[in-house]
Amino acid sequence: MSKRVKDVEESTAGDGSRAINKFRLSDGIMMLVIVLLCLTCILPFVHVMAKSLSSNNFVSAQEVTLWPKGLTTSAYKAVFADSSMTYSMGFSIIVTIIFTILGLIVCLCAAYPLSKKELPFKRVITFLLVFPMYFGAGLIPTYLLYNDLSLLDNMWVLILPGIYSAYNMLVMKSYFHSSIPDSLEESAFLDGANYFQIIRHIILPLSKPILATLGLFYAVGRWNSYGDNMYYIRMRTDLRMLQYKLYLLVSTAAEAQSTALAEGSAVDSTPEVLQSATIMFATIPIIIVYPFLQKYFVKGAMIGSVKG
Amino acid sequence: MEKKPKKMSLADRQKLFFKNFRHTWQLLVLVSIPLILVFILNYAAYPGLRMVFMDYKPAKGYDGSEWVGWETFAKVFKDADFHRALRNSIVFNVLGLLVSFPAPIILALILNELRYPRFKKVTQTVLYLPHFLSWPIIGSVAYTLFRPSTGLVNVVLRNMGLIEQGIPFLTEKYHWAVTYLLIGVWAGMGWGTIIYLAAITSINGELYEAAMIDGAGRWKRMWHITIPGIKGTIVTLLIMNMGRLMGSNFEALKVFDNSQVREFQYQLAIYIYQKGLSGNRFSMSTAVGLFQSLVGLILVLLADWVAKRLGEEGLF
Repeated sequence: MSKRVKDVEESTAGDGSRAINKFRLSDGIMMLVIVLLCLTCILPFVHVMAKSLSSNNFVSAQEVTLWPKGLTTSAYKAVFADSSMTYSMGFSIIVTIIFTILGLIVCLCAAYPLSKKELPFKRVITFLLVFPMYFGAGLIPTYLLYNDLSLLDNMWVLILPGIYSAYNMLVMKSYFHSSIPDSLEESAFLDGANYFQIIRHIILPLSKPILATLGLFYAVGRWNSYGDNMYYIRMRTDLRMLQYKLYLLVSTAAEAQSTALAEGSAVDSTPEVLQSATIMFATIPIIIVYPFLQKYFVKGAMIGSVKG
Repeated sequence: MEKKPKKMSLADRQKLFFKNFRHTWQLLVLVSIPLILVFILNYAAYPGLRMVFMDYKPAKGYDGSEWVGWETFAKVFKDADFHRALRNSIVFNVLGLLVSFPAPIILALILNELRYPRFKKVTQTVLYLPHFLSWPIIGSVAYTLFRPSTGLVNVVLRNMGLIEQGIPFLTEKYHWAVTYLLIGVWAGMGWGTIIYLAAITSINGELYEAAMIDGAGRWKRMWHITIPGIKGTIVTLLIMNMGRLMGSNFEALKVFDNSQVREFQYQLAIYIYQKGLSGNRFSMSTAVGLFQSLVGLILVLLADWVAKRLGEEGLF
């Protein structure tokens, strides 16, 4: 509610409109709805967490709901002892870091020139850089191209195709338009600075918020996606990122579950406790950093929502 | 796009270009980096689209494969798998649009009415969480919850005596369809509110003030001020969603795949992947991909045209 509305409420609080400030049934219902929705976002993870910390017997007896029973960390020990899991985690972290840094550099290289009126051939360049967002060549032509470029089964296929993102470029460009006054750069020009110096000494220091936001977009996007891993990493199991490994685990477990259902038996491929610990292993990095970084995301989404 | 205050003559523009070029070459150097990237990694793939008119064989390459004209498309449109994939894509996307599109709007309206700023902030943070989780995480948690025999939801329902047998939420196709759609709503609703909440903050506060003085209650204000105030945003997003009516979320579908639900899970994205990378029917896969993106593009343009006819701002 805006400040003005509050003023009105206060100034008229003496008469009948006091009711505005009263807590009504509708407030209660709305809060209840929101709380229930929030629970659907939290409880599943509490449940998986509880399972991952419980002993196998209690889990198979279906006694574990939201609190671990027969507390044990043996499942986590097993996950950490599985060197392919820890390796995959390390590999994912490295790929994500390289991806994010290169992504920000490329994004700046595109967004800054395109935010300048004086850029020659601006319309053509803008079109060339945005068009692939609307119309891609499709999976197979891209796959064959990467094959020709020897990118298949190569770590760089997880990095290079994604570092230029038209969406992130547009977000950064609109930030430059809205938040960095032209006058600053003009005076630097009069002092004889060139564009590279302006970027280093004026643009970068003023762009920290947007760099943080887009850096997070890049990092989370890379961390979470597994489709490209599946398409382009065919043989090299050492180039599997963590989420792809989790996908492989889910898909075998799901298949076992559906065939078990069809055959009327109840066998599971991996013990549930171990599965839960693996899920948590892949989830915890995001859940830990999430509360600290969330405000940057929201800012970025706001900027991105401004049309133009 | 900026509009120039007045049109310059060609000679003037050339003069200005050369005068500026002393500095602007630096900008061109910078922008050449992303340009080179998209040329090598995106534009270089477009010529590969010619394989839709070929019977492409990986061993023969583009040069050795035979030209077959429109035959690939004829084959695709006769393919029963394609019919199934197309039907599933359309049905699921229309249903998805019906349930997923209004959810963030309703949620944003509720969040906007919440009274305690702290409560609002904390709940918003929680509601955004699913957006940051990968599909494998969402999928594996969903399987843990919805397993017919040992999943938490079924265990709880059974203990309460509501059901006798576990409900096969993710292992029977009709149950799967509902669960899949609802998980989609759940994953997108929180994050989707941001754009509407931003639109709501830009509504002029005086409107609410005037309405309150006139005695309009909460629902009336919501209906007559907030909703009209965010109508433009709603239309823009609806247009953008139209373009996705043909597409589907490959990563989500793949995670929720199992042999019992393949009848419904088999959508265009899966068709393209399976025919192409697993089945070696490269030309057919590419033809379907092309069909998908062209239809998507046409739908966006169409929706934009309709929006403009209705007096909205549109997308372009």
